[in-house]
Amino acid sequence: MLHTVNKSPFETHSLETCLGLAKPGSDILLIEDGVYAATAGTTVSAMVEQTIESSSVYALAPDLKARGIDPDQVIAGIQLVGYDGFVKLSVMNETVQCWL
Amino acid sequence: MLRVKKFMYVNRHAPHGTIYALEGLEVVLIGAAFDQDVSMAFIGDGVFQLKKGQDTTDSDIKNFSPTYRALGDYDVTQLYVERESLEERGLAIGDLMDLTWEDEEDDWAEKPSIRVVNRQELSDLLETQDVILNF
Repeated sequence: MLHTVNKSPFETHSLETCLGLAKPGSDILLIEDGVYAATAGTTVSAMVEQTIESSSVYALAPDLKARGIDPDQVIAGIQLVGYDGFVKLSVMNETVQCWL
Repeated sequence: MLRVKKFMYVNRHAPHGTIYALEGLEVVLIGAAFDQDVSMAFIGDGVFQLKKGQDTTDSDIKNFSPTYRALGDYDVTQLYVERESLEERGLAIGDLMDLTWEDEEDDWAEKPSIRVVNRQELSDLLETQDVILNF
């Protein structure tokens, strides 16, 4: 299953709820304000790093760029994708859950 | 003559996911025309508004971050950023834009507008305001 998270992890619990319910092997894509969770050295980075061990975590590169987050500030193991990658993930997965 | 009032605009939202940051910035720039004592506070996700290097060319959304550079010309020269909010988000002052203003009374010397303060100092600043507006 593909999970998309579009809210800042510092403002809502969307990411935490998503990661708590996502099965190992899931695809988790951070988009819009959700990409702030991809930054290394924050209060939520440990939670994201733990998820990378059992699932694939992606972040939408154009949304990182818009927010001034440099790829080298992103947690190691998070895969950056473009809009084409977003489409591919949506098609590859049987279901998509958007954690709004 | 009416007494000059102290206005503080409190910014608590990240810049692109919602309209709060852009709307707040526009209100500050409009309000600056009324010759009041205006300052801004950036707390929580609001600190992301000042992140340097924002580039929206790949995402088709408006990049209004260069507009913060105009604040100094509108006499909005006190931008208070909460230290705890920066630290929680893995940021330091070096990650923020270099915003400056020119001090008329000091031979137009360029001075930094951003001041990093801790939660207690910010709490004290809020206490001294006449008007506080949240965005």
